[in-house]
Amino acid sequence: MDTMRDRFISTTTRLLDEDPRLALVLAEISRDGFDQAARRHPDRVINVGIREQLLVGVGGGLALTGMRPLMHTFASFLVERPFEQVKLDLGHQGVGGVLVSAGGSYDWPAGGFTHMAPGDVALMDTLDGWTVHVPGHPDEAEALLRAAAAGEDRVYVRLSVQSNAAAMQVGGGFTPVRAGRGPVVVAVGPMLDGVLAATEGTDAAVLYAATVRPFDGAALRAATAGRRTADVVLVEPYLEGTSTAAANDALADVPHRVLGLGVPRRELRRYGTTAEHLAAHGLDPRGLRRRIEAFAGR
Amino acid sequence: MTTTQTGSAAGFRDVGRLMALMTGDEKHGPAATSTLDALWVLYDRVLRVSPHTADSPGRDRFLLSKGHGPMAYYAVLAAKGFVPEGWLPGFGSYDSPLGHHPDRTLVPGVEIGSGSLGHGLPLAVGTALGLRAQGLTGPRVWVLIGDAELDEGSNHEALAYAGPEGLESLHTLVIDNSSATPGWPGGIASRFAAAGWSADTVDGRDHEALYRAFTAPHPGRPRAVVARVEPKNA
Repeated sequence: MDTMRDRFISTTTRLLDEDPRLALVLAEISRDGFDQAARRHPDRVINVGIREQLLVGVGGGLALTGMRPLMHTFASFLVERPFEQVKLDLGHQGVGGVLVSAGGSYDWPAGGFTHMAPGDVALMDTLDGWTVHVPGHPDEAEALLRAAAAGEDRVYVRLSVQSNAAAMQVGGGFTPVRAGRGPVVVAVGPMLDGVLAATEGTDAAVLYAATVRPFDGAALRAATAGRRTADVVLVEPYLEGTSTAAANDALADVPHRVLGLGVPRRELRRYGTTAEHLAAHGLDPRGLRRRIEAFAGR
Repeated sequence: MTTTQTGSAAGFRDVGRLMALMTGDEKHGPAATSTLDALWVLYDRVLRVSPHTADSPGRDRFLLSKGHGPMAYYAVLAAKGFVPEGWLPGFGSYDSPLGHHPDRTLVPGVEIGSGSLGHGLPLAVGTALGLRAQGLTGPRVWVLIGDAELDEGSNHEALAYAGPEGLESLHTLVIDNSSATPGWPGGIASRFAAAGWSADTVDGRDHEALYRAFTAPHPGRPRAVVARVEPKNA
Protein backbone atom coordinates (compact mmCIF):
# COMPACT_ATOMS: atom_id res chain seq x y z
CA MET A 1 0.00 0.00 0.00
CA ASP A 2 1.27 3.45 -0.83
CA THR A 3 1.39 6.18 1.83
CA MET A 4 -0.71 9.33 1.73
CA ARG A 5 2.39 11.24 0.67
CA ASP A 6 2.99 8.77 -2.19
CA ARG A 7 -0.61 9.27 -3.22
CA PHE A 8 -0.24 13.04 -3.04
CA ILE A 9 2.66 12.80 -5.46
CA SER A 10 0.91 10.50 -7.95
CA THR A 11 -2.38 12.40 -7.78
CA THR A 12 -0.80 15.85 -8.11
CA THR A 13 1.36 14.66 -11.00
CA ARG A 14 -1.83 13.70 -12.86
CA LEU A 15 -3.70 16.85 -11.85
CA LEU A 16 -0.86 19.02 -13.20
CA ASP A 17 -1.37 17.34 -16.59
CA GLU A 18 -5.11 17.95 -16.48
CA ASP A 19 -5.42 21.45 -15.04
CA PRO A 20 -3.26 24.27 -16.44
CA ARG A 21 -4.39 26.49 -13.57
CA LEU A 22 -2.62 24.30 -11.01
CA ALA A 23 0.89 25.03 -9.73
CA LEU A 24 2.92 23.12 -7.16
CA VAL A 25 5.34 24.92 -4.85
CA LEU A 26 7.97 22.87 -3.02
CA ALA A 27 10.77 23.62 -0.59
CA GLU A 28 12.96 20.59 -1.43
CA ILE A 29 10.78 18.13 0.51
CA SER A 30 9.31 15.48 -1.88
CA ARG A 31 11.31 17.01 -4.74
CA ASP A 32 12.47 13.67 -6.11
CA GLY A 33 8.91 12.36 -6.31
CA PHE A 34 7.99 15.23 -8.59
CA ASP A 35 10.93 14.85 -11.01
CA GLN A 36 8.71 13.70 -13.84
CA ALA A 37 6.11 16.41 -13.24
CA ALA A 38 8.83 19.07 -13.07
CA ARG A 39 10.20 17.97 -16.44
CA ARG A 40 6.74 18.11 -18.01
CA HIS A 41 5.68 21.39 -16.39
CA PRO A 42 8.82 23.36 -15.57
CA ASP A 43 6.85 26.59 -15.07
CA ARG A 44 4.27 25.02 -12.74
CA VAL A 45 6.44 22.81 -10.52
CA ILE A 46 8.41 25.37 -8.53
CA ASN A 47 11.05 24.32 -6.02
CA VAL A 48 12.19 27.41 -4.10
CA GLY A 49 14.86 25.60 -2.09
CA ILE A 50 14.87 25.45 1.69
CA ARG A 51 12.91 28.72 1.99
CA GLU A 52 9.57 28.25 3.66
CA GLN A 53 8.58 31.92 3.93
CA LEU A 54 9.13 32.12 0.17
CA LEU A 55 7.23 28.85 -0.31
CA VAL A 56 4.02 30.42 1.01
CA GLY A 57 4.72 33.91 -0.38
CA VAL A 58 5.18 32.47 -3.87
CA GLY A 59 1.92 30.55 -3.44
CA GLY A 60 0.16 33.80 -2.57
CA GLY A 61 1.69 35.53 -5.59
CA LEU A 62 0.63 32.71 -7.91
CA ALA A 63 -2.91 32.97 -6.56
CA LEU A 64 -2.91 36.73 -7.17
CA THR A 65 -2.41 35.98 -10.88
CA GLY A 66 -5.35 33.55 -10.90
CA MET A 67 -3.51 30.27 -10.49
CA ARG A 68 -4.32 27.56 -7.96
CA PRO A 69 -1.23 26.93 -5.80
CA LEU A 70 -0.50 23.71 -3.92
CA MET A 71 2.20 24.31 -1.31
CA HIS A 72 3.91 21.35 0.31
CA THR A 73 6.47 20.47 2.95
CA PHE A 74 6.51 18.96 6.45
CA ALA A 75 3.79 20.33 8.72
CA SER A 76 6.28 21.99 11.06
CA PHE A 77 7.79 23.97 8.16
CA LEU A 78 4.52 24.60 6.30
CA VAL A 79 2.30 25.87 9.11
CA GLU A 80 4.48 26.71 12.10
CA ARG A 81 7.58 28.31 10.61
CA PRO A 82 5.87 30.57 8.00
CA PHE A 83 2.65 31.05 9.92
CA GLU A 84 2.49 34.79 9.29
CA GLN A 85 2.82 34.15 5.57
CA VAL A 86 -0.13 31.76 5.79
CA LYS A 87 -2.11 34.43 7.62
CA LEU A 88 -1.17 37.39 5.39
CA ASP A 89 -0.05 36.13 1.98
CA LEU A 90 -3.15 33.98 1.54
CA GLY A 91 -5.88 35.00 4.00
CA HIS A 92 -5.31 38.76 4.20
CA GLN A 93 -4.77 39.02 0.44
CA GLY A 94 -8.16 37.37 0.02
CA VAL A 95 -6.83 34.58 -2.19
CA GLY A 96 -7.09 30.80 -2.03
CA GLY A 97 -4.58 27.99 -1.99
CA VAL A 98 -3.96 24.47 -0.78
CA LEU A 99 -1.43 23.63 1.91
CA VAL A 100 -0.48 19.94 1.88
CA SER A 101 1.65 18.79 4.79
CA ALA A 102 3.45 15.57 5.58
CA GLY A 103 4.90 14.36 8.83
CA GLY A 104 1.93 14.98 11.09
CA SER A 105 2.42 14.87 14.84
CA TYR A 106 5.12 12.18 14.93
CA ASP A 107 5.39 10.29 11.67
CA TRP A 108 9.15 10.18 12.19
CA PRO A 109 9.69 9.96 15.95
CA ALA A 110 13.36 9.14 15.49
CA GLY A 111 13.68 12.60 13.96
CA GLY A 112 12.73 14.22 17.24
CA PHE A 113 10.60 17.21 18.18
CA THR A 114 11.88 19.53 15.43
CA HIS A 115 9.97 17.38 12.93
CA MET A 116 6.79 17.02 14.99
CA ALA A 117 3.85 19.38 14.50
CA PRO A 118 1.03 18.42 16.86
CA GLY A 119 -0.02 22.09 17.03
CA ASP A 120 -0.66 22.65 13.31
CA VAL A 121 -4.44 22.27 13.29
CA ALA A 122 -4.84 24.44 16.39
CA LEU A 123 -2.79 27.15 14.71
CA MET A 124 -4.84 26.97 11.50
CA ASP A 125 -7.94 27.22 13.67
CA THR A 126 -6.99 30.81 14.59
CA LEU A 127 -7.50 31.83 10.94
CA ASP A 128 -10.71 32.53 9.06
CA GLY A 129 -11.98 30.60 6.08
CA TRP A 130 -9.77 27.52 6.14
CA THR A 131 -11.08 24.04 5.46
CA VAL A 132 -8.97 21.45 7.31
CA HIS A 133 -8.83 17.87 6.07
CA VAL A 134 -7.26 15.05 8.10
CA PRO A 135 -7.61 11.98 5.88
CA GLY A 136 -7.31 8.54 7.45
CA HIS A 137 -6.36 6.61 4.33
CA PRO A 138 -4.53 7.26 1.03
CA ASP A 139 -7.80 6.87 -0.92
CA GLU A 140 -9.38 9.55 1.26
CA ALA A 141 -6.35 11.76 0.77
CA GLU A 142 -6.68 11.44 -3.00
CA ALA A 143 -10.39 12.33 -2.99
CA LEU A 144 -9.85 15.32 -0.71
CA LEU A 145 -6.83 16.54 -2.69
CA ARG A 146 -8.75 16.37 -5.96
CA ALA A 147 -11.61 18.37 -4.52
CA ALA A 148 -9.23 20.90 -2.98
CA ALA A 149 -7.30 21.35 -6.24
CA ALA A 150 -10.53 22.03 -8.13
CA GLY A 151 -11.75 24.67 -5.66
CA GLU A 152 -11.08 28.34 -5.06
CA ASP A 153 -10.90 28.45 -1.28
CA ARG A 154 -8.21 27.96 1.36
CA VAL A 155 -7.62 24.32 2.29
CA TYR A 156 -5.18 22.58 4.60
CA VAL A 157 -4.65 18.86 3.93
CA ARG A 158 -2.79 17.05 6.70
CA LEU A 159 -1.18 13.85 5.45
CA SER A 160 0.32 11.22 7.72
CA VAL A 161 1.90 7.78 7.56
CA GLN A 162 -0.65 6.80 10.20
CA SER A 163 -3.51 5.20 8.33
CA ASN A 164 -6.62 3.10 8.82
CA ALA A 165 -6.97 -0.34 7.15
CA ALA A 166 -9.92 0.72 5.00
CA ALA A 167 -10.98 3.99 3.40
CA MET A 168 -14.19 5.77 4.30
CA GLN A 169 -16.42 7.91 2.10
CA VAL A 170 -15.22 11.48 2.56
CA GLY A 171 -16.06 14.94 1.35
CA GLY A 172 -18.98 15.80 3.61
CA GLY A 173 -19.34 16.08 7.34
CA PHE A 174 -18.93 13.54 10.11
CA THR A 175 -20.03 10.00 9.24
CA PRO A 176 -21.74 7.61 11.70
CA VAL A 177 -19.63 4.45 11.89
CA ARG A 178 -21.11 2.64 14.86
CA ALA A 179 -24.40 3.17 16.73
CA GLY A 180 -24.58 3.04 20.51
CA ARG A 181 -26.34 4.57 23.49
CA GLY A 182 -23.12 5.40 25.36
CA PRO A 183 -20.72 8.27 24.75
CA VAL A 184 -20.31 9.57 21.22
CA VAL A 185 -16.68 9.18 20.19
CA VAL A 186 -15.51 11.33 17.28
CA ALA A 187 -12.53 9.67 15.63
CA VAL A 188 -10.47 12.03 13.47
CA GLY A 189 -8.64 10.63 10.43
CA PRO A 190 -6.08 7.94 11.24
CA MET A 191 -7.42 7.53 14.80
CA LEU A 192 -10.46 5.58 13.56
CA ASP A 193 -9.04 2.04 13.71
CA GLY A 194 -7.72 2.64 17.22
CA VAL A 195 -11.06 4.07 18.35
CA LEU A 196 -13.00 1.13 16.87
CA ALA A 197 -10.69 -1.32 18.64
CA ALA A 198 -10.94 0.63 21.90
CA THR A 199 -14.74 0.74 21.86
CA GLU A 200 -15.26 -2.84 20.67
CA GLY A 201 -17.93 -4.50 22.82
CA THR A 202 -18.94 -1.23 24.51
CA ASP A 203 -22.08 0.82 23.87
CA ALA A 204 -20.14 3.84 22.59
CA ALA A 205 -21.27 5.42 19.33
CA VAL A 206 -18.55 6.35 16.84
CA LEU A 207 -18.50 9.19 14.34
CA TYR A 208 -15.75 9.54 11.75
CA ALA A 209 -14.30 12.90 10.75
CA ALA A 210 -11.86 13.34 7.86
CA THR A 211 -12.72 17.04 7.69
CA VAL A 212 -12.49 18.88 11.01
CA ARG A 213 -12.96 22.48 9.81
CA PRO A 214 -15.64 23.39 9.31
CA PHE A 215 -16.61 21.35 12.39
CA ASP A 216 -19.77 19.35 11.73
CA GLY A 217 -21.70 20.43 14.79
CA ALA A 218 -24.99 19.32 13.26
CA ALA A 219 -23.78 15.72 13.03
CA LEU A 220 -22.62 15.86 16.63
CA ARG A 221 -26.01 17.21 17.73
CA ALA A 222 -27.80 14.50 15.77
CA ALA A 223 -25.63 11.76 17.26
CA THR A 224 -26.26 12.96 20.80
CA ALA A 225 -29.93 13.86 20.35
CA GLY A 226 -32.39 12.51 22.93
CA ARG A 227 -29.82 11.85 25.66
CA ARG A 228 -30.15 13.35 29.09
CA THR A 229 -26.52 14.47 28.90
CA ALA A 230 -24.54 14.53 25.67
CA ASP A 231 -21.22 12.81 26.44
CA VAL A 232 -18.67 13.43 23.71
CA VAL A 233 -15.12 12.14 23.35
CA LEU A 234 -12.93 13.72 20.67
CA VAL A 235 -9.96 11.62 19.55
CA GLU A 236 -7.65 13.77 17.45
CA PRO A 237 -4.20 12.81 16.09
CA TYR A 238 -2.82 16.27 16.93
CA LEU A 239 -2.88 18.59 19.97
CA GLU A 240 -5.38 17.45 22.59
CA GLY A 241 -8.37 19.73 22.92
CA THR A 242 -8.01 21.29 19.47
CA SER A 243 -11.73 20.77 18.75
CA THR A 244 -13.07 20.85 22.31
CA ALA A 245 -14.33 24.43 21.97
CA ALA A 246 -16.03 23.62 18.66
CA ALA A 247 -17.82 20.65 20.25
CA ASN A 248 -18.89 22.77 23.21
CA ASP A 249 -20.21 25.45 20.86
CA ALA A 250 -22.21 22.85 18.92
CA LEU A 251 -23.84 21.63 22.14
CA ALA A 252 -24.17 25.02 23.85
CA ASP A 253 -27.90 24.71 24.50
CA VAL A 254 -27.96 21.12 25.81
CA PRO A 255 -26.34 19.58 28.89
CA HIS A 256 -23.08 18.04 27.74
CA ARG A 257 -19.61 16.90 28.72
CA VAL A 258 -16.63 16.85 26.37
CA LEU A 259 -13.35 14.94 26.74
CA GLY A 260 -10.65 16.00 24.30
CA LEU A 261 -8.00 13.37 23.65
CA GLY A 262 -4.94 13.93 21.53
CA VAL A 263 -1.25 14.74 21.75
CA PRO A 264 -0.31 16.53 25.00
CA ARG A 265 1.71 19.76 24.98
CA ARG A 266 4.47 18.26 27.09
CA GLU A 267 7.52 17.28 25.06
CA LEU A 268 8.06 13.56 25.37
CA ARG A 269 11.77 13.81 24.43
CA ARG A 270 11.79 10.23 23.14
CA TYR A 271 12.65 8.82 19.72
CA GLY A 272 11.46 5.34 18.71
CA THR A 273 8.37 4.51 16.68
CA THR A 274 4.96 6.00 16.02
CA ALA A 275 3.34 3.07 17.85
CA GLU A 276 5.45 3.80 20.93
CA HIS A 277 4.42 7.47 20.85
CA LEU A 278 0.74 6.57 20.48
CA ALA A 279 1.04 4.33 23.54
CA ALA A 280 2.96 6.94 25.52
CA HIS A 281 0.20 9.49 24.90
CA GLY A 282 -2.57 7.01 25.74
CA LEU A 283 -3.76 7.07 22.14
CA ASP A 284 -3.36 3.33 21.46
CA PRO A 285 -6.52 1.19 21.84
CA ARG A 286 -5.67 0.29 25.45
CA GLY A 287 -5.10 3.86 26.54
CA LEU A 288 -8.16 5.10 24.68
CA ARG A 289 -10.39 2.43 26.21
CA ARG A 290 -9.20 3.18 29.72
CA ARG A 291 -9.82 6.90 29.35
CA ILE A 292 -13.15 6.63 27.52
CA GLU A 293 -14.49 4.19 30.15
CA ALA A 294 -13.33 6.40 33.00
CA PHE A 295 -15.08 9.37 31.41
CA ALA A 296 -18.31 7.47 30.64
CA GLY A 297 -18.49 5.90 34.10
CA ARG A 298 -18.22 9.21 35.93
CA MET B 1 -15.88 48.42 -7.13
CA THR B 2 -15.95 51.19 -9.72
CA THR B 3 -13.55 54.07 -9.89
CA THR B 4 -13.90 57.57 -11.16
CA GLN B 5 -11.27 59.28 -13.25
CA THR B 6 -10.38 62.36 -11.22
CA GLY B 7 -7.89 64.02 -13.48
CA SER B 8 -5.05 61.92 -14.87
CA ALA B 9 -3.47 65.20 -15.94
CA ALA B 10 -2.87 66.19 -12.35
CA GLY B 11 0.83 66.86 -12.24
CA PHE B 12 3.54 66.07 -9.73
CA ARG B 13 2.92 69.36 -7.92
CA ASP B 14 -0.68 68.40 -7.39
CA VAL B 15 0.41 65.25 -5.57
CA GLY B 16 1.68 67.43 -2.73
CA ARG B 17 -1.75 69.04 -2.44
CA LEU B 18 -3.37 65.59 -2.42
CA MET B 19 -1.02 64.36 0.30
CA ALA B 20 -1.94 67.33 2.47
CA LEU B 21 -5.56 66.16 2.42
CA MET B 22 -4.49 63.19 4.57
CA THR B 23 -3.79 63.71 8.24
CA GLY B 24 -3.34 61.48 11.23
CA ASP B 25 -0.23 59.51 10.27
CA GLU B 26 2.43 62.16 10.89
CA LYS B 27 4.61 59.54 12.62
CA HIS B 28 5.15 57.98 9.23
CA GLY B 29 5.46 61.31 7.40
CA PRO B 30 9.15 60.89 6.48
CA ALA B 31 8.42 57.35 5.28
CA ALA B 32 5.70 58.72 3.02
CA THR B 33 7.70 61.47 1.36
CA SER B 34 10.72 59.20 0.84
CA THR B 35 8.77 57.25 -1.78
CA LEU B 36 7.09 60.21 -3.46
CA ASP B 37 9.39 60.91 -6.41
CA ALA B 38 9.99 57.28 -7.30
CA LEU B 39 6.29 56.47 -7.10
CA TRP B 40 5.42 59.41 -9.32
CA VAL B 41 7.95 58.50 -12.01
CA LEU B 42 6.74 54.90 -11.97
CA TYR B 43 3.05 55.70 -12.28
CA ASP B 44 3.56 58.66 -14.62
CA ARG B 45 6.04 57.17 -17.08
CA VAL B 46 6.82 53.50 -16.51
CA LEU B 47 3.94 51.33 -15.32
CA ARG B 48 1.49 50.22 -17.99
CA VAL B 49 -1.59 50.25 -15.83
CA SER B 50 -4.54 52.62 -15.60
CA PRO B 51 -7.85 52.68 -13.75
CA HIS B 52 -9.36 51.00 -16.82
CA THR B 53 -6.83 48.14 -16.83
CA ALA B 54 -6.53 47.73 -13.04
CA ASP B 55 -8.00 44.22 -13.30
CA SER B 56 -6.59 43.26 -16.70
CA PRO B 57 -4.38 40.13 -16.76
CA GLY B 58 -1.89 41.96 -18.99
CA ARG B 59 -1.34 44.95 -16.70
CA ASP B 60 1.94 45.78 -15.03
CA ARG B 61 1.82 45.05 -11.29
CA PHE B 62 3.06 47.41 -8.63
CA LEU B 63 3.25 45.92 -5.12
CA LEU B 64 3.81 48.36 -2.27
CA SER B 65 5.56 46.13 0.25
CA LYS B 66 6.62 48.92 2.59
CA GLY B 67 3.02 49.60 3.50
CA HIS B 68 3.62 52.16 6.23
CA GLY B 69 3.46 55.81 5.31
CA PRO B 70 1.21 55.21 2.29
CA MET B 71 0.15 58.85 1.82
CA ALA B 72 2.35 59.37 -1.24
CA TYR B 73 1.00 56.13 -2.71
CA TYR B 74 -2.63 57.11 -2.15
CA ALA B 75 -1.96 60.59 -3.51
CA VAL B 76 -0.42 59.18 -6.68
CA LEU B 77 -3.31 56.72 -7.04
CA ALA B 78 -5.72 59.64 -6.70
CA ALA B 79 -3.77 61.78 -9.15
CA LYS B 80 -3.92 58.95 -11.66
CA GLY B 81 -7.62 58.35 -11.13
CA PHE B 82 -7.52 54.95 -9.37
CA VAL B 83 -9.24 56.34 -6.27
CA PRO B 84 -11.46 59.42 -5.89
CA GLU B 85 -9.80 62.46 -4.37
CA GLY B 86 -12.74 62.63 -2.00
CA TRP B 87 -11.47 59.52 -0.22
CA LEU B 88 -8.26 61.18 0.95
CA PRO B 89 -9.52 63.34 3.83
CA GLY B 90 -11.02 60.30 5.55
CA PHE B 91 -7.60 58.58 5.64
CA GLY B 92 -7.40 56.15 8.55
CA SER B 93 -10.97 56.62 9.73
CA TYR B 94 -13.41 53.78 10.41
CA ASP B 95 -15.42 54.31 7.24
CA SER B 96 -12.44 54.95 4.96
CA PRO B 97 -11.01 52.30 2.63
CA LEU B 98 -7.65 54.05 3.02
CA GLY B 99 -5.80 52.81 6.10
CA HIS B 100 -2.36 53.58 7.46
CA HIS B 101 -1.48 50.31 5.75
CA PRO B 102 -3.23 49.55 2.43
CA ASP B 103 -5.70 46.69 1.96
CA ARG B 104 -5.96 45.36 -1.58
CA THR B 105 -9.55 44.26 -1.10
CA LEU B 106 -10.62 47.84 -0.27
CA VAL B 107 -8.68 50.04 -2.70
CA PRO B 108 -8.84 49.89 -6.52
CA GLY B 109 -5.41 49.54 -8.07
CA VAL B 110 -3.76 48.27 -4.88
CA GLU B 111 -2.20 44.89 -5.69
CA ILE B 112 -1.39 43.68 -2.15
CA GLY B 113 -2.36 44.35 1.40
CA SER B 114 0.82 45.23 3.27
CA GLY B 115 2.09 46.62 6.56
CA SER B 116 3.97 43.69 8.02
CA LEU B 117 7.41 44.02 6.45
CA GLY B 118 8.97 41.45 4.19
CA HIS B 119 5.92 40.10 2.39
CA GLY B 120 5.93 42.04 -0.87
CA LEU B 121 9.06 40.66 -2.51
CA PRO B 122 8.08 36.98 -2.05
CA LEU B 123 4.58 37.80 -3.31
CA ALA B 124 6.15 39.58 -6.29
CA VAL B 125 8.28 36.52 -7.08
CA GLY B 126 5.12 34.39 -7.05
CA THR B 127 3.32 36.93 -9.22
CA ALA B 128 6.15 36.89 -11.77
CA LEU B 129 6.15 33.07 -11.77
CA GLY B 130 2.36 32.97 -12.16
CA LEU B 131 2.40 35.32 -15.13
CA ARG B 132 5.20 33.31 -16.75
CA ALA B 133 3.35 30.03 -16.22
CA GLN B 134 0.33 31.49 -18.02
CA GLY B 135 2.40 32.68 -20.96
CA LEU B 136 1.87 36.34 -20.03
CA THR B 137 5.31 37.64 -20.99
CA GLY B 138 4.28 41.29 -21.35
CA PRO B 139 3.45 42.42 -17.83
CA ARG B 140 6.25 43.59 -15.57
CA VAL B 141 6.15 43.20 -11.82
CA TRP B 142 7.41 45.96 -9.51
CA VAL B 143 7.76 45.83 -5.76
CA LEU B 144 8.76 48.71 -3.50
CA ILE B 145 10.62 47.92 -0.28
CA GLY B 146 12.54 50.04 2.23
CA ASP B 147 16.18 49.76 3.23
CA ALA B 148 15.16 48.80 6.79
CA GLU B 149 12.54 46.40 5.48
CA LEU B 150 15.40 44.58 3.79
CA ASP B 151 16.39 43.43 7.30
CA GLU B 152 13.55 40.88 7.15
CA GLY B 153 14.89 37.46 6.19
CA SER B 154 12.01 36.69 3.86
CA ASN B 155 13.45 39.25 1.40
CA HIS B 156 16.69 37.35 1.29
CA GLU B 157 14.90 34.08 0.57
CA ALA B 158 13.21 35.84 -2.36
CA LEU B 159 16.17 37.71 -3.82
CA ALA B 160 18.44 34.67 -3.56
CA TYR B 161 15.86 32.64 -5.51
CA ALA B 162 14.85 35.22 -8.13
CA GLY B 163 18.40 35.96 -9.35
CA PRO B 164 19.47 32.45 -10.35
CA GLU B 165 15.93 31.83 -11.63
CA GLY B 166 16.42 34.73 -14.08
CA LEU B 167 13.05 36.35 -13.40
CA GLU B 168 13.46 39.16 -15.90
CA SER B 169 9.96 40.57 -15.39
CA LEU B 170 10.68 41.22 -11.69
CA HIS B 171 11.78 44.67 -10.50
CA THR B 172 12.59 45.69 -6.93
CA LEU B 173 12.68 49.36 -6.00
CA VAL B 174 14.50 49.92 -2.70
CA ILE B 175 13.87 53.31 -1.12
CA ASP B 176 17.00 53.91 0.92
CA ASN B 177 16.63 56.59 3.58
CA SER B 178 19.38 55.07 5.75
CA SER B 179 16.91 53.83 8.33
CA ALA B 180 18.25 50.26 8.64
CA THR B 181 20.05 49.09 11.77
CA PRO B 182 22.95 48.43 11.64
CA GLY B 183 22.80 49.30 7.95
CA TRP B 184 24.19 47.69 4.79
CA PRO B 185 27.99 47.98 4.61
CA GLY B 186 29.03 47.66 0.98
CA GLY B 187 25.69 48.96 -0.22
CA ILE B 188 22.27 47.49 -0.82
CA ALA B 189 22.76 47.04 -4.57
CA SER B 190 25.65 44.68 -3.92
CA ARG B 191 23.30 42.23 -2.16
CA PHE B 192 21.17 42.00 -5.27
CA ALA B 193 24.12 41.96 -7.66
CA ALA B 194 25.71 39.07 -5.76
CA ALA B 195 22.49 37.08 -6.25
CA GLY B 196 22.58 37.64 -10.00
CA TRP B 197 20.34 40.69 -10.32
CA SER B 198 20.97 43.69 -12.49
CA ALA B 199 21.33 46.43 -9.88
CA ASP B 200 21.84 50.18 -9.85
CA THR B 201 21.81 52.99 -7.28
CA VAL B 202 20.41 56.42 -8.12
CA ASP B 203 19.35 59.72 -6.58
CA GLY B 204 15.80 59.08 -5.41
CA ARG B 205 14.82 62.71 -5.98
CA ASP B 206 16.10 62.95 -9.57
CA HIS B 207 13.22 62.05 -11.87
CA GLU B 208 15.34 61.63 -14.99
CA ALA B 209 17.84 59.42 -13.17
CA LEU B 210 15.01 57.33 -11.75
CA TYR B 211 13.40 56.98 -15.17
CA ARG B 212 16.65 55.87 -16.77
CA ALA B 213 17.27 53.33 -14.00
CA PHE B 214 13.70 52.03 -14.20
CA THR B 215 13.85 51.52 -17.96
CA ALA B 216 17.40 50.21 -18.41
CA PRO B 217 17.45 46.82 -20.17
CA HIS B 218 18.36 43.78 -18.04
CA PRO B 219 18.02 40.73 -20.28
CA GLY B 220 17.66 37.43 -18.44
CA ARG B 221 17.93 38.96 -14.98
CA PRO B 222 15.66 40.64 -12.46
CA ARG B 223 16.33 44.31 -11.82
CA ALA B 224 16.94 46.18 -8.56
CA VAL B 225 16.98 49.98 -8.35
CA VAL B 226 18.15 51.51 -5.08
CA ALA B 227 16.78 55.04 -4.78
CA ARG B 228 18.74 57.02 -2.18
CA VAL B 229 16.96 59.84 -0.41
CA GLU B 230 17.86 62.04 2.55
CA PRO B 231 18.40 60.04 5.78
CA LYS B 232 15.25 59.55 7.85
CA ASN B 233 16.80 61.02 10.99
CA ALA B 234 18.87 63.77 9.40
